[in-house]
Amino acid sequence: MSGTFVGMPAFPEAAREAVRDTTLRGNLRHATHTIRAKRAKAVAEVEDWAELREAGKRIKDHTLRHLDRYLEQVEAAVTAAGGVVHWAADAEEANRIVTDLVKATGESEVVKVKSMATQEIGLNEALEAAGVRAYETDLAELIVQLGKDRPSHILVPAIHRNRGEIREIFTREMSEWGRPAPEGLTDTPAELAEAARLHLREKFLRAKVGVSGANFVVAETGTLVVVESEGNGRMCLTLPETLISVVGIEKIVPTWRDLEVFLQTLPRSSTAERMNPYTSTWTGTTDGDGPRVFHLVLLDNGRTDTLADEVGRQALRCIRCSACLNVCPVYERAGGHAYGSVYPGPIGAILSPQLRGTDSEIDASLPYASSLCGACYEVCPVAIDIPEVLVHLRERVVQGGPATRAGNRVVLRPAKGHAAERAAMRAAQWAFTRPGVLRAGQRMASRTRRFHPRTLPGPGRAWSAGRDLPRVPAEPFRDWWQRTRGGKDGAAE
Amino acid sequence: MRVALFLTCVNDTLYPDTGRAVVKLLTRLGVDVDFPAGQTCCGQAHYNTGYRHEAEPLARHFSDVFGEYDAIVTPSGSCGAMVRELYPRMGERARAEGRGDTLAATLAPVVPKTYELTEFLVDVLGVTDVGAYYPHTVTYHPTCHGLRSLGLGERPLTLLRAVKGLELVELPGAEECCGFGGTFAVKNSDVSLAMGTDKVRNAESTGAEVLCAADNSCLMHIGGTMTRLRTGMRPVHIAEILASTEEEPAA
Repeated sequence: MSGTFVGMPAFPEAAREAVRDTTLRGNLRHATHTIRAKRAKAVAEVEDWAELREAGKRIKDHTLRHLDRYLEQVEAAVTAAGGVVHWAADAEEANRIVTDLVKATGESEVVKVKSMATQEIGLNEALEAAGVRAYETDLAELIVQLGKDRPSHILVPAIHRNRGEIREIFTREMSEWGRPAPEGLTDTPAELAEAARLHLREKFLRAKVGVSGANFVVAETGTLVVVESEGNGRMCLTLPETLISVVGIEKIVPTWRDLEVFLQTLPRSSTAERMNPYTSTWTGTTDGDGPRVFHLVLLDNGRTDTLADEVGRQALRCIRCSACLNVCPVYERAGGHAYGSVYPGPIGAILSPQLRGTDSEIDASLPYASSLCGACYEVCPVAIDIPEVLVHLRERVVQGGPATRAGNRVVLRPAKGHAAERAAMRAAQWAFTRPGVLRAGQRMASRTRRFHPRTLPGPGRAWSAGRDLPRVPAEPFRDWWQRTRGGKDGAAE
Repeated sequence: MRVALFLTCVNDTLYPDTGRAVVKLLTRLGVDVDFPAGQTCCGQAHYNTGYRHEAEPLARHFSDVFGEYDAIVTPSGSCGAMVRELYPRMGERARAEGRGDTLAATLAPVVPKTYELTEFLVDVLGVTDVGAYYPHTVTYHPTCHGLRSLGLGERPLTLLRAVKGLELVELPGAEECCGFGGTFAVKNSDVSLAMGTDKVRNAESTGAEVLCAADNSCLMHIGGTMTRLRTGMRPVHIAEILASTEEEPAA
């Protein structure tokens, strides 16, 4: 399995493989059902959950509406506190900034706090190309990195692996990266965790440069916030001499009071904890305490384009909790890799086609990777109506229309491969606005029902491959209604 | 009160028994129900597949056909949700696109008068015991749009519990989608089938003879999977259970 998502096939193809992988299905089913039940319990404990959800939504909407102002406030506050602020329009620029900053320190390795933004831009690969090794220190990210694998979940990137597989990866790979796994390592969680601790400890103590993202940036003081469970983040944020944080521009909250809302909703939604074990906050630099040099790289990478879309912009409210992944029946069966992005699941299906556009096969297929069941919207702690955005993006794929790309208003052309569907939809629309035509079609279907095949040709095969077709009745309802005057003529059956 | 049956194009064409059951049930409860012959399709498949502009003429047609009635009853959670949840959204989108208020104004009257069947029974007629008899073991699958868009909640279960002879057994993982999802069933058929198979296995585990739901589109997918897997269960629309009586039991 390759370590990047470049050249991914369309979602249905990738999902077909995953659906047949019984180990993967078992791993995902077990993990998602466990966390799903725990989340429901943790959320049910909070009496004002609906109000918190609404507050989170409003705070994010307000901040996004005035993002220009808040970004400048963040820049001023971070600078005043001794940090250096950089602006990156896209992944390439962000990678160049971070690589140059690391190079300037003279170091050839960095320790990393789990971060979606750096995954999104492919920072590890960019650093590798420049001769800098990036060590992931989150347990699940470590498993993914050692296994030369790809993340398949936002919060638990190795969710597709079971204990046995993890033991095997540790035993085989740890020696390549540093301290080898202990002799006779078993697959008990405590032993696996201890092996990771020992392996990572030497990296924490040696590293001079730390790289992180942030869950939030508080604009009023220029404070960055990382919430985590393992303590690896606290190590990376405090021990190195230089700290570089890459943060998407949508991560801002105006005040500490606003932050309070998310510190309640995020842990319960993601890990089903009332409070996460570690919350680290830092404001610029402090003499004699923590890193002496702090850089903040503010990342756009498609966010401003997304913000320009009045239906799609709600995706920027996302706080990366993963509740939508854990509850999604499609994610549970297709797995995270099928989404071809570091953002899998329902949120990935609306985020990737907006951040990256709908030009590639995988991005054009993502809006369809949902049965629109609505479970994701129900659990979202910032009330992102994911089905609404999915349908909106489907429209963009099949009909094209106005969008924003790299800051410019463009008119997208309809995607290829939908011509037959478009013709069928138009034909159906024509028939459905003419009841007589519909009726003629129904009668034709009823009269020829004895000759209907058991399986369908063409695209219909996708239906009849696994399900029997319904039998067409002898007469449609409307004929019965007309014939019996709604059953009043006695011919009830 | 002038009550119209909005049967939906799928039921009209493939499931006339469900339509007859709704008529029988409502007539028994003293409602004089009409079937406006001009009705066709609400446009849900168009809208959800990304053809919002193609769905608009269908929504306007719906409004023309049903606008004069006091209540519009449909035995479909998803078509009901299309009218109630998505017609207003279509109006808003047209307005945002600079096409004025015409569409919103045309669709507005039908939105609040459209009821899914169990809502109409419980909320409008105020009945929970419809006098039905159905001597079978039944498990109930709450379909997604009924559950999450319309918020049908306990209504269908309350109605089923009052049915004489009916033994209701709980469906494990009831609130999980069956995997139908309209064009999803074809565009992502592997995942759809995996979801459908899990739903059927859960239903089988209850030992029930019948899987009941309030939407035949989902039941078409679940039922088609059931026969392919050669289970002994059958899918039945809730209207057919509620219409069944000791004098005239369901087939």
